[in-house]
Formats: sequence, structure tokens, C-alpha cells
Amino acid sequence: MFRTWGTRILGSLALIVIVPSITFLLQSLTPVDIGRSILGLGASQDQVDAYNHQLGLDRPFLTRYWDWLTGFAHGDLGTSYTSGEAVTTMLGARLPVSLALIIGSLLIFTVVGLLLGVLSAGGGRIVGRVVDVVSSAGIAIPNFWLGVILVSLFAVKTTILPATGYVPFAAGPGDWFRSLVLPVVALSFAGITAVAKQTRDQMMVALTGPYIRSLRANGVPERSLVYRHALRNASGPTVTVLGLIFVGALSGSVVVENIFVLPGLGSQAVTSAGQHDLPVIQGIAVYFTTIVVVVNVVVDLAIPFLNPKARAR
Amino acid sequence: MSVVTETPATETGRPAPAGDRQRWRTLREFARRPLGLAAAVFLILISAAVAAASWLAPYDPLAQDLGHTLSGPTGQHWLGSDQLGRDVLSRLLFGGQVTLIGVVEALAVAFVIGLPLGLAAGFLGGWVDAVVSRVTEVVMAIPAIVVLLMAYSVFDNNAHAGMLTLGLLSAPTLLRVSRGAARGVRAETFIVASEVVGTGRARIVLRHVLPNIWGPILVNTAMLAAINLGVQAGLNYLNLGVKPPAPSWGGLVAEAQINLQLQPWLVIPSGLTIALTIVAFILLADGLRDATSSRTSRAARSVTPATDRVRPVDEVEPAAGVLEVRHLDVHFGALRVVQDVSFSLQEREILGIVGESGCGKSVTVSAVLDSLGPTGRTTGSIKFDGTDLLTAPASTRAATRGRIAYVSQDPMVSLDPSFTIGAQLGEIVRTHDRSSRAAAQARVLELLTDVGLPDPPALMKKYPHQISGGQAQRVSIACALAGRPRVLVADEPTTALDVTVQGEILSLLRRLRDQNGMAIILITHDLGVIADLCDRVAVMYAGQIVETAPAGTLFGHPSHPYTKALIQANPIVAERGQLLPSIPGVVPAPADWPVGCHFYDRCAFRTPACAGQPIPLVPAGGADQAARCIHLDAVLGATS
Repeated sequence: MFRTWGTRILGSLALIVIVPSITFLLQSLTPVDIGRSILGLGASQDQVDAYNHQLGLDRPFLTRYWDWLTGFAHGDLGTSYTSGEAVTTMLGARLPVSLALIIGSLLIFTVVGLLLGVLSAGGGRIVGRVVDVVSSAGIAIPNFWLGVILVSLFAVKTTILPATGYVPFAAGPGDWFRSLVLPVVALSFAGITAVAKQTRDQMMVALTGPYIRSLRANGVPERSLVYRHALRNASGPTVTVLGLIFVGALSGSVVVENIFVLPGLGSQAVTSAGQHDLPVIQGIAVYFTTIVVVVNVVVDLAIPFLNPKARAR
Repeated sequence: MSVVTETPATETGRPAPAGDRQRWRTLREFARRPLGLAAAVFLILISAAVAAASWLAPYDPLAQDLGHTLSGPTGQHWLGSDQLGRDVLSRLLFGGQVTLIGVVEALAVAFVIGLPLGLAAGFLGGWVDAVVSRVTEVVMAIPAIVVLLMAYSVFDNNAHAGMLTLGLLSAPTLLRVSRGAARGVRAETFIVASEVVGTGRARIVLRHVLPNIWGPILVNTAMLAAINLGVQAGLNYLNLGVKPPAPSWGGLVAEAQINLQLQPWLVIPSGLTIALTIVAFILLADGLRDATSSRTSRAARSVTPATDRVRPVDEVEPAAGVLEVRHLDVHFGALRVVQDVSFSLQEREILGIVGESGCGKSVTVSAVLDSLGPTGRTTGSIKFDGTDLLTAPASTRAATRGRIAYVSQDPMVSLDPSFTIGAQLGEIVRTHDRSSRAAAQARVLELLTDVGLPDPPALMKKYPHQISGGQAQRVSIACALAGRPRVLVADEPTTALDVTVQGEILSLLRRLRDQNGMAIILITHDLGVIADLCDRVAVMYAGQIVETAPAGTLFGHPSHPYTKALIQANPIVAERGQLLPSIPGVVPAPADWPVGCHFYDRCAFRTPACAGQPIPLVPAGGADQAARCIHLDAVLGATS
């Protein structure tokens, strides 16, 4: 058991290299002449060639990949094609914004989702049906639409909260918090419903377990079966699913940052995608993957605490 | 096992898989569900409208009408107009093309990659499965948006490149479903049989596996369509895969956001269209799930509910015991799975219930234990100490749990894997005794010692997976004893154990009966166990008790043809050197029970009279013996 657990964590860590390599490989497929698309149609072919040479785009793929890898190992993610700025500097300034949004949402959808899921598991069929319907809404109402509606309700019709923009924490914690409320809600909604449904489903699965039948028949009250035995047995699978839901939420953060014009990684990613600024997107891939890996490792570390069978013997 | 009859050969000799007929039945089944059907109709209409946008749209999607900008719904612009006076309805119709085509593209890619790989992984197993599973895990951990952005950037914001990438990234969903389904089907007997017979693996997959798993695959494809539609619209909202002013559903939301202050109405048509289409896909998935999973229950429902219950002669009415079950019927839906079961249990008595799998033994005791679940319905009476549990209030039934205690078949799964032995046994003790922790602790040690476990203090700290099967069964028995039961129900308590351990558990049960004076109901299909332990026996066949007698009488003078055949089929009874007799045929499923004798099809003594009407349980030769047969004399007269 310990071996599989160890390999799981190693596997999670390997993602840090695997994902950027996949995106790098994608670059090699490019049918687009980067120099041409950045310089525009007005530039002469010589200018374009010189530009491509300057960016190192005329070198073979493997050479470029190797250079990128060695740079990556030393903490250097290259320079932006468009601004010439170091990618780490560019993204470093934006990371806190994204982290505030992502961590805030992670906390909200985990806590609220788990609570709703656990309560609904003990609440009978009608509550379960309600959770099913609401969680369908979580899929059906896309975060960008929800975001726009939230803006129209809380920032246009009434002006309780700012419509867009970001206030740094240093400029005022109150304003910082207010600027994050709508984005966090827009990003959390799908997560809350997904976590609630998963928690409830996992607990329902646990409640059909043969040990529940034995415990019930031998007198253990229903309350304890749900909130003690089923909850404890559902916690492992639920936490595993939490990791996957988080990956989805990370993708959502890109959209949400664009709705609310937050100067984070996600809005930069979309801008850079439009400009063919591949090193920047590549850098964002590294940052996002690192966040995913951290969450996955936390999940992997949590499993043995939740599941005695996964503990080292 | 009658494997061959499960996949009847057609005239051409080709094995008929799930079959077209079944497919039609599923389709009819789907059509019966109004929500799923409405969703399907909605999706068809939306797709048709979008496909026919050039004919249906009142305006060109790019035509500006500067006289009517930012209007709400009017006669001229049914769904309003944007800041350039472009007609929203027309833009929605044309914009749906990029959206819906994108979703179809992504689904097609996910299908083409996920399905074969999943089938291969699930069906072949081994290293193929290992590799595919690892790769799947990696892909599922990738934040999709990063790869999508890279794809759009590299392929110059090309819509198709984006959707192909989305398809790749969502392939794991279908892969996991088809893998799981293929693994499940692979273990089924008819597949194993086909493999033994020598049918090629690819042929098995195409002919047998695929038709049996397309249900869950369709359901998940519809679900994936819902999710990918949301993703696709989100990308269009970011102007990825679409070049404004060309319309798209997601792009329309972005345009509406710009004009939010001036005309808030504009977020409604586009957003609602997206949300409704996604809801339609979800409802479609729900409908498909219900339709494909309800095939068996549908077949069951079509059976006419048996209203022909004839009260049998209440000839064997023994003195009131600790547990009295009278005329117990158990239904699941309209399906009757236990029919007119009556028995009584005296103090200190060990009653064996014996029969083949699927005869209703476990359902009968589940009814006694009040653990049938919400779908089970019971009629008749189950009197415990004079109180009818079927009509008693929930609190009384709850208080009875533990007084009628339960030991299950497989001890390794009947203990909660997440709690130590001490924790779960302690909880049951405290539930019953309402005692202090220290007192409960002492009682736990006493119980563990009582069931013959060595070193109870060390055992209390262990988790179920750290002890052996025999030990686990002793712990389960200790859990059952915690409520000082008057009746102990043991459901095949030795089946999952080694032969040597089986004897120990049986003698433990006998000792506990002698020591504590409780009565025991023992379910088994092992006549040896019955002979070893039981005072009385009830033989069950297809939901009914067909014979009941003291153990000695039953073995000496079986009076029902089924009992007789069961005893003859026992290797211990059979003569050495003779071919072991077996009972031809199988137990009929509840939906196929005949009106007359349930054993009719397999009986050596049958006459036309057996089939006409329900057969009552009547007194047979021995004292306290009864059988459900009208040819008792013939059966008793026939020498085996």
C-alpha cells in the first residue's frame, strides 16, 4: 500500500514536467509564422526572418525544448515575445491576484459543498432531489453568464459591490475583499454544487455498504450510521474527487478573471493567446500545473489519514 | 449453468447479442419519460433551427440597423437588437452553428479516442489497462484551459483546432466509462463462455460487450455534451475560436456584458439559450439512464400481479414462540419475491432455512430484520415477543434492532473498515447499555473473550483489514451479541470461511445458544450445516416454504420432491462411484413464477393437476412436518 501511495505522489509531481512538455510539443505543431503574426503583414520577409532568428524560432524543436527545460530547471521561463520582459517577472506580479481568487473559491466551495452534501445525505429523498436539481444548475449556468448576471444585479442595478477591477490588499483590505466577492462567488457556484453532489453520492454509496447493514441490524442508530460511519467512509473518495473538481475550477478562473477584469494569470493567458506570445502561455502552464500539483499532493497526503487501509502497515 | 441459453443462436447461427428488439424496447422506454422526451425534442428543434438559420433568420446576422440600436424585444426585433442594431434572434440562430458544431466535433473526437481505448483497457486488462489508466490520470489532472489556450494560440484561433483539443481532453470521461463497463461485462459468465468456446476477442467485444454497455456510454455522452457546451461557450465568450463580429452564443454574452448598463435585457436571450440547451442535455442523460437501466424492472412490471393468494391450511400452528412469522409476502415494486412464508421460532431453537440461491431466504430474514430498504413492501405479520413489527411504530422497530441481531455472510466486509474493532464494538455496546466508557470497555473485552478471541486488548486496537476472516466473523458475532439478542439471524455465516474455521464458528454458535438461551435462524445452502446444527428446517423454493420439519425427520423422510432432490444431490449422501444426481433446470425468477407449483418445471412427480392452482402447505407424514405438494404419497413411496 505504501508503495502505491508513494508512486501516486511521485506521479503528481511528474505533472510539473509533463504538462509544460505537452504544451511545448503543441508549439512544434504550429502552422503559424510567429514572426509574421507579431510583426504584421507590413513587415518584409527579411525582417520576419530576422525576428524569428532573434526569438530562436529557426532552431530545431529538440534544441529549443532542451533550452527551455534547462532554463525551467533554473527557474527561468524565458522572455515574452511581445514585451521582451522576463516571463517570471510578468507573471510574478499577477500571481497574487489569481491565488486570492483561486484559494478563496477553493475554501468556499469545499466548505459549503461538503456541508450541503453531508446534510443532504442525512436528509431523505426530497432533500436529495433538491441537491440533484441545484447541482444540475451548477453545470447549466455557465460561470461567465452567472458572472455577468451578478454584475448586473450587484453592481449595475444596485451598487453594493464594484463591477470589475481589482484592489490590491495593500491598498485597503476592505476594498480588496469587496473586489473579490463577486468573482469568488461566480467561480465557486459550479464547485459548490459539484462538491455537494459528490459528497452526497459518496455517502449514499457508503450507506449501501454491507457493514452499514450489519451495524444497523445490531442496533446502531441511523444518525450515527450517516454522520459517523458513512461520512468517515465517504471522506476518502470525496477528497479524491475534490482534486478533480479543483482542476475544473482552475480552468474556470481564467474565464472569471476576464469577466471581472482581474489582472491575474488567467486574463494574461487570454491576452497572450491572442498575441501568439507562446513563452508567456508556457509560463502560465507551469504556474497552473504547479498549483494543481500542490493540491493533488495535499489530497494524496490526506488519504492515509482518512482511510486506514491506505496507511503503511 | 445454462450459459448457452442466455445468448440464443439465431437461424444463421449468429449469436444474437442484446438484440434489436431490446433496443426498440429501450427507445419506447425512453419515450415514456416526459422530461427526457421533451429534452430530446427541444434539442432536435434547436439543432434544426440553427441548421436552417439561413432560411429562418429574419435578418443577416451582421446587418446593422442603426435606427433601432439596443432595443428590447419588439415586433421588429423579437429578441431585441445590439449596439449596432443587429438582430439578436438572427445572431443567436447563426451563432448556434459554431457552438453546436464545436460540441459535436469535440464529442466525436472524445468518442473515437475514448471508446476503443476504454474497451481495450477494460477487456484486455494487464499492461494495456495499466498504461491507459496512467495516461488517463495525467490527462484528467491537466487544467484544460492551459492546453486549449496553447492550441488556440498556435493554430491562430482556429475553432476546429480548439474543439479537437477539447475532445482529446474530455476523452478520459468516455474512456473511463467504457473501461468500467467492459470490465463489468467481461466477468459475466456468457463472455467467459464465449472465450472458452474460442470466439475471437475482437468479435466478443463487437458482438457481446458493446451491445451490453452502450447504455452507460450514451448517458455519459449526453452528460459530456452538456459540459462541453458550457466550455465551448466559455471559450467563445473569451473570443477564442470565433472572430467577432461573427456571432456565437458565448460571444453574444460578452457583447451583452459591454452594454449591460444601457440594455440589461441582452444577457437574457443568449445566456438562457445556453443554459436551456445544457439543461436539455442533462435531462436527456437522465432519461437515457432511466430507460437503459429499467429494462429488467419493466419486464417485471408487465407480469400480472398475483392476486391469487389462497390461504393455505393453517395446519401447523405450534405454540407461540419468540418469533412468529405469518403469511409474509415481500414485494419489490409489483414484483413478489417472497410468498406466504410462515414459520415460528421457539426459545433456544435453531431453525435452518435452506434452498438454492434466489429462493428468497435472505429477503425473508431481511424482512425480519427490517432492512429491506425503501423499495421493499411487506404484508402479513412478524411478531417478536408478541408485538407485530410490521405495524409497530418506528421507535419500537428501532428498539428491536440488536434484540434481533444479525451476523452476515462475509465478515470481511461486514465490519466498518474505517473504525477499529474496539471503536465499533464499543459503539454498539454503548448504544444498548447506555453505560460509561469504562463500563463499555469492560463489556467489549468480555464479549471478545466470550466469542473465543485471544488477546482482546490488542485486538481492539486493530482495523478489520488487519485480522483474519475467522477472527472477523467472531468479531461480527460479538457485535451481534452486544444487544443481548433473543434471536440471532445468521446469513450463511460460514460460506466465506475456510473449511477448518467453518466448524469452529458453528460450534461457537451452538455454545452461545446453550449459554445465552437465544434462538438462531441460520440461512444456508449447505445441508451438512443443517444436519450439524439445526433443530428444525424450512426448505425454501422460489419464494415459498415448500417443506418444514424437524431436522431428523427431514433427512429421514423428505416429503417434498424438491427436498428429496436436494438431499440426493448432496455429495455426502450420494453413493460412492455413482454419478452425483443434480436437479435439471434453474430456479425460476420471481417474474416467471407459475400460478401452480413453483417447482413444476423441474419436478419428477408432476402431473397436470400441479399446474392449475396454488399449492397449499399441508401436513405430511412425520410429526410437525408439512409440505407444499399434492403428491405426498407418491414422493414418500418412491425409494431413492
